[in-house]
Amino acid sequence: MQSGNTLTRTVLALVAVLLIGAAGFSYVSSIRSPQFAVIQALNSLALGGLLFLLASGFSLIFGLMRLANLTHGAFFMLGAYIGANILRSYDGVNLWFAMIGAGIAVAVFGGLLERFVLRQLSSNSLGQVLVTLGMSFIVADACLMIWGGDPIPVPTPAAFQSPLRVAGFMFPTYRLVVVLCAVAAAIGLYLLLERTRLGAMIRAGVDDMQMARAVGIPVSKLFTAVFMLGAGIAGAAGVLGGPIMSAYPGLDADMLPLALIVVILGGVGSLIGAFVGSFIIGFIYTFGTALLPDLAYVILFLPMIVVIAFRPQGLFGRMSA
Amino acid sequence: MTIETTSSATPAVEAKSSTLRIAFYAVMGVVLLVLPMFSGDFYINLASQILIAAIFALSLNLLVGYGGLSSLGHASFLGLAAYFAAWFFTRGGVDHVSAAVIAILATSVVAGLFGLISLRASGLGFLMITLALSQVLWGVAFRWAAVTNGDNGLSGMTRPMPFGIDLNGAANFYWFALIIFGVSFILMAIFTESAFGSALRGTRDQPRRMAALGFDVWMIRWITFVYAGFWGGVSGLLYVYYHKYIHPTSLSITTSAEGLLSVIAGGSGTLGGPVVGSILVVMLKNYASAYIERWNMLLGFVFLFIVLVMPEGLVPGTKRLFNRFKGGAK
Amino acid sequence: MTVPALEIINLNKNFGGLPATQNVSLSVLPGERRLIIGPNGAGKTTLFNQITGDFFPTSGTIKLFGQEVTRLKPHQRAHLGLSRTYQIITLFNKDTLQHNITLGLLGLQKARWNMLRPLATYGDMRTEAIRVLGLVNLDHLADRPVSDISYGEKRRVEIAMAMAQRPKVLLLDEPLAGLSSGERTNVKQLVAAIPRETTVVMIEHDMDTALDLAETVTLLHYGKVIVDGARDAVIADEKTREVYLGH
Repeated sequence: MQSGNTLTRTVLALVAVLLIGAAGFSYVSSIRSPQFAVIQALNSLALGGLLFLLASGFSLIFGLMRLANLTHGAFFMLGAYIGANILRSYDGVNLWFAMIGAGIAVAVFGGLLERFVLRQLSSNSLGQVLVTLGMSFIVADACLMIWGGDPIPVPTPAAFQSPLRVAGFMFPTYRLVVVLCAVAAAIGLYLLLERTRLGAMIRAGVDDMQMARAVGIPVSKLFTAVFMLGAGIAGAAGVLGGPIMSAYPGLDADMLPLALIVVILGGVGSLIGAFVGSFIIGFIYTFGTALLPDLAYVILFLPMIVVIAFRPQGLFGRMSA
Repeated sequence: MTIETTSSATPAVEAKSSTLRIAFYAVMGVVLLVLPMFSGDFYINLASQILIAAIFALSLNLLVGYGGLSSLGHASFLGLAAYFAAWFFTRGGVDHVSAAVIAILATSVVAGLFGLISLRASGLGFLMITLALSQVLWGVAFRWAAVTNGDNGLSGMTRPMPFGIDLNGAANFYWFALIIFGVSFILMAIFTESAFGSALRGTRDQPRRMAALGFDVWMIRWITFVYAGFWGGVSGLLYVYYHKYIHPTSLSITTSAEGLLSVIAGGSGTLGGPVVGSILVVMLKNYASAYIERWNMLLGFVFLFIVLVMPEGLVPGTKRLFNRFKGGAK
Repeated sequence: MTVPALEIINLNKNFGGLPATQNVSLSVLPGERRLIIGPNGAGKTTLFNQITGDFFPTSGTIKLFGQEVTRLKPHQRAHLGLSRTYQIITLFNKDTLQHNITLGLLGLQKARWNMLRPLATYGDMRTEAIRVLGLVNLDHLADRPVSDISYGEKRRVEIAMAMAQRPKVLLLDEPLAGLSSGERTNVKQLVAAIPRETTVVMIEHDMDTALDLAETVTLLHYGKVIVDGARDAVIADEKTREVYLGH
């Protein structure tokens, strides 16, 4: 019964995302040009994909550890800078290699943060939030110290530079790659959660932490593992986003609120929620910026208010945050 | 969600601490009154900044300390009031009094709306929603350049001339800020000591019990949210008079975080705490920026230090560490 | 026919598909002393939480003195004369006993919205709070914080806080839980002394003590009413023995 419910809601929500996308698409193509609309649609999907990579980790950490990790935006930015460094300093370095490298680096950083700082405050959730907030300031300022105040453009990997031509339209290939990566990550995370032992332990912990402890799940190691996983995905996402957004000071503050809104929309601890929410926000933000550049942020209020008013636990959330 | 609040256990300790408190307020009062007589403009201006930050922190403390509602978006109200006042004065063509009234009223209305949204949740959900809402406002201030002038900020604001007194001098502005601070401190103190304030503390400690006793927990929180937003707006008004300029940074998470740090560093849920915290944060910010550029990094480290070493606030925390040190030395 | 003080009609509550309350109907007359018994997990506290409005039932109706309250919020029900105590002690730990009781008094008064007058200046409330503490023999500790007093004393403050509201219907959730035998006798006397204007519904595991206080008994098992009626009839019932002794 539960899963049937979730399935129905998933289908409905995906239809809603498609409708929002289609409405924005047709409107934009009617007032600008179909080609412009195609590009905006792909931009929406690419932003949605990046948001998913950020929000899924945030949501997973929140669901399991009851920890609102405000360093998550900084993880993304750190990944973007490390990726930019790798891609710019070694000619012809593979994008995937940069992603794995930055992902591991950020994951290790996250693991240290969890193990040696957050662990001290396990019973004090406000303290934990404040520490992650302080940490995000430190990371952001450290990036500014190391890489300076100017944005660092990241070259699009050579293999994905030429656009794809289909039915007379040009599709920016790299956007497609980003979307495919996000979808692959979504499937990977789904399989990890539903099909593996680690996933079963995570689900048990999200559902009922005390029970999970009681049946002997190594909760402490699990926390570190999930925190590292979330941090690593955020770091890799930063690399992936580099060629689109470049690496710049304030990237963290641009991305974190979008991820927060995604999680509020989708519901904490829900992978499907993060997925659907990311693409809703991706479309609304991108088309909003294209049509009303001044007011794109105001438009972000709307889905948030509607969801909080009618379904405060989020579209797919089971617990209220 | 645990927030450390100081409370006195036995009558003896209470008597001692209330003597200390009276002494503290007396010293503070004297310092505040004689300050402009023997210090230069730099320190007088610093004191004005502290007073503005203290009003902001006191208003946030109503939520965090007395209501148990940890908001990470309180900068919204400081920034909104400042933007409203600056916009209506410089572009709307209205006089200072009208601009101030509009700014405070509009800010309170927005606080009412934000309260409706964010109080659907409590705990971490409340924190995330307040943060998201304020970040959206910050984005609007940056992007809606036609109205807010974007990254350039709104300039051209002047200081008002109440009863014909020119507030452009450092000392005169200080007196003005001190009067507003005094009024807001007293009114917030009355609020927290009132029957309603006691009910508010009850909803912080045992919300379920309070509802069962007949208190409308949601309404108590919402009223407090609006009241805190109102005083946040007052601090924003002073802020824009002081700087004669407003920039999106004032709406950023850094501003909210500085307020929260002031509350926690001084000791949340106490009246004097946020004032002490504001002194610390403003002094640190001013002195640090004279030597290093890295205010945000320092702010981050101070956060870590306070939360990890002195979660109950600097004054009780120092006392505790001192006692432990004494105990260890014996 | 007298209108029941508390009437529950066909109440159902599901938690994520699991039924916690199944088709429960019961009716408690004004002044009655009702005991609700049942094994752990029978849904006793869940039932209380629906009566107080802490959560809403999936379906069914709850009435207080004939007025439907099914969708009212907890604080609205308190104003209709409903009070409760908690199985897990839920007091204001850092505050004095007197302040705890005063909050109970304040909850039903207009003064709870007063943002100007300090609570400490309401002398009449303080006097009344100390009088109520006297009823549970704790007036000598009125100015001590709750964290200073013993567990048994806290149990009595729980009851005093509810009694201060002069409720028409009082729900007692395991008032004897965790008490020594001496303290039990003490609390038992307190409950027995509750005036008849107050209807009492009590959950309790300690049958030896609780049965003496009850006139009628409802037996819950897996969220269903198994037996319901006069005390002796319920005790003698075959089904009661089945639930408690196994088949």
